[in-house]
Amino acid sequence: MNIFTEQFKKQADEVVARYETKRASLLEILHLVMETYGYVSVEAEEAVADYLKLPPMDVHEVVTFYTLYYRQPKAKTRFNVCRTLSCSLAGSDRLIKHFEEKLGIKAGQKSADGKCGLQAVECLGACEMAPMLQVNDDEYVGGLTKERIDELIKKYMTS
Amino acid sequence: MEKLISKYFVPGKTFSIDEYIADGGYQAIRTVFEKLDSASLIETVKKSNLRGLGGAGFPCGIKWSFVPQNTGKPVYLVVNADEGEPGTFKDKYIISHVPHLLIEGIMIAAFANNVHKAFIYIRGEYTRPYQALVKAVNEAYEKGYLGKNIFGKGFGLDIVVHRGAGAYICGEETGLLESLEGKQGRPRLKPPFPAVVGLFGCPTVINNVETLSYLPFIINRGAEWFASLGSDKNGGMRLFSVSGHVKKPGVYELPLGIPLREIIYTYAGGIRDDRRLKAVVPGGLSAAILKADEIDVGMDFDQLRAKQTMAGSAGVIVMDEKTCMVRSLLVTMRFYAHESCGQCSPCREGTGWVHRILERIASGGGKSKDLENLSDICSFMGGTTICALADGAAMPLRSYPQKFKEEFEYFIRHGKSMIEQGEEVSA
Ligand SMILES: Cc1cc2nc3c(=O)[nH]c(=O)nc-3n(C[C@H](O)[C@H](O)[C@H](O)COP(=O)(O)O)c2cc1C
Ligand code: SF4
Ligand code: FES
Repeated sequence: MNIFTEQFKKQADEVVARYETKRASLLEILHLVMETYGYVSVEAEEAVADYLKLPPMDVHEVVTFYTLYYRQPKAKTRFNVCRTLSCSLAGSDRLIKHFEEKLGIKAGQKSADGKCGLQAVECLGACEMAPMLQVNDDEYVGGLTKERIDELIKKYMTS
Repeated sequence: MEKLISKYFVPGKTFSIDEYIADGGYQAIRTVFEKLDSASLIETVKKSNLRGLGGAGFPCGIKWSFVPQNTGKPVYLVVNADEGEPGTFKDKYIISHVPHLLIEGIMIAAFANNVHKAFIYIRGEYTRPYQALVKAVNEAYEKGYLGKNIFGKGFGLDIVVHRGAGAYICGEETGLLESLEGKQGRPRLKPPFPAVVGLFGCPTVINNVETLSYLPFIINRGAEWFASLGSDKNGGMRLFSVSGHVKKPGVYELPLGIPLREIIYTYAGGIRDDRRLKAVVPGGLSAAILKADEIDVGMDFDQLRAKQTMAGSAGVIVMDEKTCMVRSLLVTMRFYAHESCGQCSPCREGTGWVHRILERIASGGGKSKDLENLSDICSFMGGTTICALADGAAMPLRSYPQKFKEEFEYFIRHGKSMIEQGEEVSA
């Protein structure tokens, strides 16, 4: 698949124009790939390398260094539960277990049908909401309890 | 207590450019354009005793005075909005509620350092704050507050908003520069310091969001006034992020030097369920822990250093009497093991090793030599590496077992916690 469609290329050109070097635009270009295609495939890595005139390895190293670039199609609904100290003090371990039981997957996994994914992540900068999670790389939900988790699963998994 | 930045923290509200202007916003930059030059502006910031609020506390005006202006290269301003230090969430409030305050601060810093292009590096998980920030930058361009020849005064400034992609190490200033250049966020050896050789090999000023957001207040109300709010050599106020076992977690804007006790009991409402306080991390996860009887310390960079801990990012994490310190340290060290960039072996190996030892202790397999081993690892980890992540990891690693020795010894001897909890930490 050619990821650099006319529209994608136009958007990418706009990103590149903001920077002093082509390479400096790499993180934002990869975000654009994520937003458009949902993950960074090996083909996408190569196409980006080609577009920015970089060795494919340079792109690959960056994709693998950062946690927000998914290398597999992402699950439809993604729960990223914070496990760092403030959330841990508020019981995040228990809540991650509850999630695992309810979803039937372990933290770090995606369900076989691709409907949901669960990750234990490090501090999301919202410790005042502890215990908290981020849904679909967007909304933050705090004050988690087992009941609240059941509601969230219902809300996101049935819509 | 008077509120400065936090008066804008109205739940659910982002101040638009017009609302910010109606509230007196963008007056400071007009004053700067009309009355000050670069040298007098830097002098003002020095006099204010404004410290770097990202964590290191370096005096802002002094940092600016190191930037060489005669290299023939452009000078860049990089705004650190990576906010990765666990326990810290204040920059998110500034960006979400009053992004124009930050933009005005950026304009002031740019004018002082002859900068015409600034990058804001915002952590990738901050999706909504990012949207608020991009919107504000666009508003500023549309109104002619950014771009060429601002207010017809001959000064031009562009701002580029750049998202990180999930790596704590990119908050470290040279890791951030690498990341901004499109690479893995591996910190650079210093010297040279970024002030001299920074972004794209050019002189670069790096400041935290909050540091820059206090600049408009300093211009509007004077350096002496700002300095007088805080303690000796620690000017003004700062945003304390308070979390953990307090009744009212949140962001509290208070003067530097305020006793930790007041933050916890007067502002954050005291300990949840009226339990007793056990311990506090005073300045983000990387600060050494304080015991309940150590909270009369003044919360500024120098007083906390004198107590062998640090003011850091002002992330105050409070733990009550039911907290198991072995588990808290395990959760803490798991973070560093996960976030070490891996280029220095003491850090890469040390954090991983410590994490495994603590995991073994927490699952009941502690050995009598473990505490001694942890202490040895700690001493080779700190001070021998490219960046300060390893020192940050060494601080809790040294202080927890030192201050809560009997709890660690109990856990190792009995294979279980001295504190009733019975919960497991997932690996
Ligand atoms: C491991 C590590 C992580 C850091 N993370 C951040 C961060 O997320 N945000 C920040 O502003 N400073 C962070 N810092 C501090 C920066 O390196 C730098 O001191 C700061 O951005 C300078 O701005 P200031 O002088 O205005 O504080 C970090 C430092 C280290 C060693
Ligand atoms: S101290 Fe750790 S995080 Fe910092 S550069 Fe070395 S390995 Fe990387
Ligand atoms: S520790 Fe969970 S958001 Fe900070």
